[in-house]
Amino acid sequence: MHGYNTQLTPELQDIAAKLADAARAAGLDFFDTIFELVDYKQLNEIAAYGGFPTRYPHWRWGMEYERLSKSYTYGLSIIYEMVINNDPCYAYLLRANDLVYQKTVIAHVYGHCDFFKNNYWFSKTNRKMLNQMANHAVMIRKFIDDIGQDDVESFIDTCLSLENLIDIHAPFKSPQKPRSDTDEYGRPKPPAKIKAKPYMDTYINPAEFLEHQRRKQVEEAQRVKSFPENPERDVLKFLIDHAPMTSWEKRVLGIIRDESYYFAPQAQTKILNEGWATYWHSKMMTQIAPLHESEIIDYCDHFAGVVASHPGSLNPYKLGVELLRHIERRWDRGQFGIDYLHCDDPKKRAEWNKNLGLGKQKLLEVRRIHNDITFLDEFLDEDFCHESKMFIYDYDRRSNKYVISSRDFREIKQKLLQQLTNFGQPIIKVVDGNFRNRGELLLQHSHESVDLKHDTTLETLKNLHRVWKRPVHIETMIEEVKRRISYDGSNHQIEKI
Amino acid sequence: MPMHMESDLNRFRKIVRGKIKKELRRFISSGDLIGRQGKKRVTIPLPRIDIPHFQYGSNEQGGVGQGQGEVGDQVGQGEPQPGEGQAGDGEGQHSLEVDVTLQELAEILGEELALPNIENKGKKNIEDRQYKYTGILKQGPESLRHFKRTYKQALRRAISSGTYDPENPVIVPIKEDKRYRSYRVYNLPVANAAIIYMMDVSGSMGDEQKEIVRLTSFWLDTWLSTQYAGLERRYIIHDATAREVDQQTFYRTKESGGTLISSAYRLALKMIEESFDPSEWNIYLFHFSDGDNWSGNDTAECMKLLESHLIPAANLFAYGQVESRYGSGQFLRDLQKHFGDASNKITLAQIKDRDAIVDALKTFLGKGK
Repeated sequence: MHGYNTQLTPELQDIAAKLADAARAAGLDFFDTIFELVDYKQLNEIAAYGGFPTRYPHWRWGMEYERLSKSYTYGLSIIYEMVINNDPCYAYLLRANDLVYQKTVIAHVYGHCDFFKNNYWFSKTNRKMLNQMANHAVMIRKFIDDIGQDDVESFIDTCLSLENLIDIHAPFKSPQKPRSDTDEYGRPKPPAKIKAKPYMDTYINPAEFLEHQRRKQVEEAQRVKSFPENPERDVLKFLIDHAPMTSWEKRVLGIIRDESYYFAPQAQTKILNEGWATYWHSKMMTQIAPLHESEIIDYCDHFAGVVASHPGSLNPYKLGVELLRHIERRWDRGQFGIDYLHCDDPKKRAEWNKNLGLGKQKLLEVRRIHNDITFLDEFLDEDFCHESKMFIYDYDRRSNKYVISSRDFREIKQKLLQQLTNFGQPIIKVVDGNFRNRGELLLQHSHESVDLKHDTTLETLKNLHRVWKRPVHIETMIEEVKRRISYDGSNHQIEKI
Repeated sequence: MPMHMESDLNRFRKIVRGKIKKELRRFISSGDLIGRQGKKRVTIPLPRIDIPHFQYGSNEQGGVGQGQGEVGDQVGQGEPQPGEGQAGDGEGQHSLEVDVTLQELAEILGEELALPNIENKGKKNIEDRQYKYTGILKQGPESLRHFKRTYKQALRRAISSGTYDPENPVIVPIKEDKRYRSYRVYNLPVANAAIIYMMDVSGSMGDEQKEIVRLTSFWLDTWLSTQYAGLERRYIIHDATAREVDQQTFYRTKESGGTLISSAYRLALKMIEESFDPSEWNIYLFHFSDGDNWSGNDTAECMKLLESHLIPAANLFAYGQVESRYGSGQFLRDLQKHFGDASNKITLAQIKDRDAIVDALKTFLGKGK
């Protein structure tokens, strides 16, 4: 598909087919998966484009490519594999990997593909994204032809600056119903009455009640005048609907928004998704379609690399796979329910085994319904936290270093969940599109104990102003004081509120 | 490169180039680049060209980790996990290191300082051609067939298509397997320009003064090497006597004692006479000192040497006076008095501090000589 010769060798084709059968037999369920064999240069290219063979032209892909190539050259990192959530799934294998690696990676890929197909948080994504990305590219190329590369590219920069201002729950919300208290011409309907026979009407619908209803309706109608009606977390949608943009600008922002929504579930399920793929590649390589004994050492070496933990950072592969195994063990042994939770005797807890064998069933349920937040919230327990030696680290101003600040279960869990909230992005809403009654835009940041990065906030406001074209404001907290940061097109201003 | 990476990469490099240009004055005076100089390229640290977002201020945020250690122990800064990547991974937060060739850097310098190109007075484009059999092609004459590569290719095909039989290991190459030797033409540049650097290393030239000389020469060198196919460099240090040294020694030596500038000029003249015939070579003479000379007599001697021998032989004689606390700065005034502004083969610059390097470069190179 890229003009490369990317066909798997007959040997790898054979392996991929056998592993696919084994994975299906073990209960995994995935879209057809097309593997392509590429060298590291091609893989870096594909990775720089976020996994897609065709993206719109933009300098940051070039930057990402340069970074990946350099990182590879210096031996800092290697991408072994890459999967795109699409129907069919596309997966890229690195040609230079040895056979044990390829087997492991192929099994790993089937884990991801199963996850993409079955996990609820991916259920609203466009499965033809490969085509859509290509369409986006065509559209942007056309704008470039019409308008000029510099203008289009610089507007894309502006849009990308706002790309994280989406509402990850929007795809799951039912579309808003048209207001029911106005008729088809927008006139207010008379207050709803409860159906009653005429002679009972004054009893069932007393005049005071009708008056009360009518007043409520009037208030409601006045409230609607605030704009937006309710705080809007899909800031990009709000801008597309209301900012004074030309039609091509609207289309560009729309493209950026579409792509953001496509990538959001991946950020939301990183730990679970990687954990799931790692769980399955390990299970397949050791139990379901076991490797030859001569391959085991290489496999273990590879696996150790995948789940290696580096102090000061959390390895999603490791955390994910360990927590899944913890769940499997608990449900196999019946370590759940009121009796177990209330048991305070550590010895009894450890030996608890009702031989229920529910582990596998539970795991399939976890992969179906959870994202990282709900996964950790529900299953990260104190036993696990201690066994896997988790800690919190904090910045110590005096020594200018990061130090371990706590091993307390509650604190760890809270910090972890807080960091994952809203896929790691600050929660920001449009609260007023007509601020001060002067058409200014007011955003609000729901402050969660961490301040916004100051310099990028100022820069982002500038970009927001480029789209809104009137003064823009954001309310947030800076060092525990509520502030409003404004940009009017030439100057920033920070006020206490 | 298939896909569109080539053009995205070029786009990115263009932006980087703009950044470098913007920061060039800082690079010139800071010396960061020299330390990062490879053979033909330098690595430049740039702040990551970031697209700003509303994002958490992460620096003092801390996080959750896994591993041994007591409360209060330091944790290593987490490196990005080498492992499988996945579509849509977050962007790293590392600063950007960009490789730039010296050629490109010189071009940027030239644009920024609006330097004119130099007219080459020597023989034009003296280059030697050489042929080397280094490449492999899929087409070629049978006489150049590479037997080993052809065999390997055929073997590979046989194995992957399953026709290879270890019992009967006969390999028959088909057309696609055949590989041929191919040659490449190399142009060997022949040096046609020479730079003679001269520096006063007497006691009054301190470390900072030498650093300024080093930075200035680096950029002179970088520019001139884009203008000529090959460049010869010679280094002379002097106090009361002069001697030729290698580049390392040139920047490291510190002597004490008096200064006789004429000693350096005389040695330069000897070099020209022995190695660089002015009719064939573009000769550049750069002299750095803090402006003290031992005696008026010697200064008169210098003027004579310059006037009758050095200047006629050279494309350019440049004198950079590096200000020091001890130097009187007299020599610059003497040169001005003697030559006035008339000669366009002599340029004088006062380099007060690092920030003045850029202006000195402009003065030295601005005439396009």
